[in-house]
Amino acid sequence: MLLGPSLAVSAILFSLGVVGVLLRRNAIIIFMCIELMLNAVNLAFVALSQQLGIDGQVFVFFVMTVAAAEAAVGLAIVIAVYRHRDTVNLQNINLLRG
Amino acid sequence: MVTFAFWLFSGVAIVSAFLCITRRSPVASALWLVNTFFSIAALFIILDAHFLAAVQVLVYAGAIMVLFLFVIMLLNLGRPGPGDMKGWWGRGVAGVAGLVLVGELLALRLVVLPAQLVLPAGTVANAVQEQGAVQAVATPLFQAYLVPFEIASLMLLVAIVGAVVLAKRRV
Repeated sequence: MLLGPSLAVSAILFSLGVVGVLLRRNAIIIFMCIELMLNAVNLAFVALSQQLGIDGQVFVFFVMTVAAAEAAVGLAIVIAVYRHRDTVNLQNINLLRG
Repeated sequence: MVTFAFWLFSGVAIVSAFLCITRRSPVASALWLVNTFFSIAALFIILDAHFLAAVQVLVYAGAIMVLFLFVIMLLNLGRPGPGDMKGWWGRGVAGVAGLVLVGELLALRLVVLPAQLVLPAGTVANAVQEQGAVQAVATPLFQAYLVPFEIASLMLLVAIVGAVVLAKRRV
């Protein structure tokens, strides 16, 4: 039930996350867009778990765990970078760019 | 009724996600993202994942977004700066890439699931009905997926230590 529409919503949300990553320069907003992409994938997992068994829902737990760990470490990196450069704008943080 | 609720919450989720990536202030972006997460939790309920909906609200809309707002306010980024959006060229590239991606993903929906993998309709709904929303998820999590579960706990420990080490002034 509602498998196709759920996957369509998931695809649109994922693409919006990608567009956000490409569109913004603020590191924190880029992180939020990555969370949005992870959520879109979770939605696809849950939608498919209706037909392919409950294992899809178990996977969503692991995705959430990884997302939580990624947010904690990523925001710690943002804080560390902000201490050095006084900005979170990625245009000014280009030391690692080739 | 269920279909109407599905489209309602889908619309709210998509509109909120769009506002999240276009608002200039990071706080506004974060609050629209919370709105998206709540709508996705509602979609989880419609898709028979009741426990995941609760976890979604607790972990995503609660814990992770509080962490984001905490960092935004710690770094005093709440004021809308002079546009962190890319220029018109970057916007065009982002829009085209997004449209191509959404086209590809929507085309993927045409793939038909192999018939021998598909369970009879309502299997998951029945499992949730019989065992309860928590047990239906907990049984595979603690039996078939026990090792990944333990590895996930180890990963959380590493993330805690890593976050402390990275954010500390002097190690």
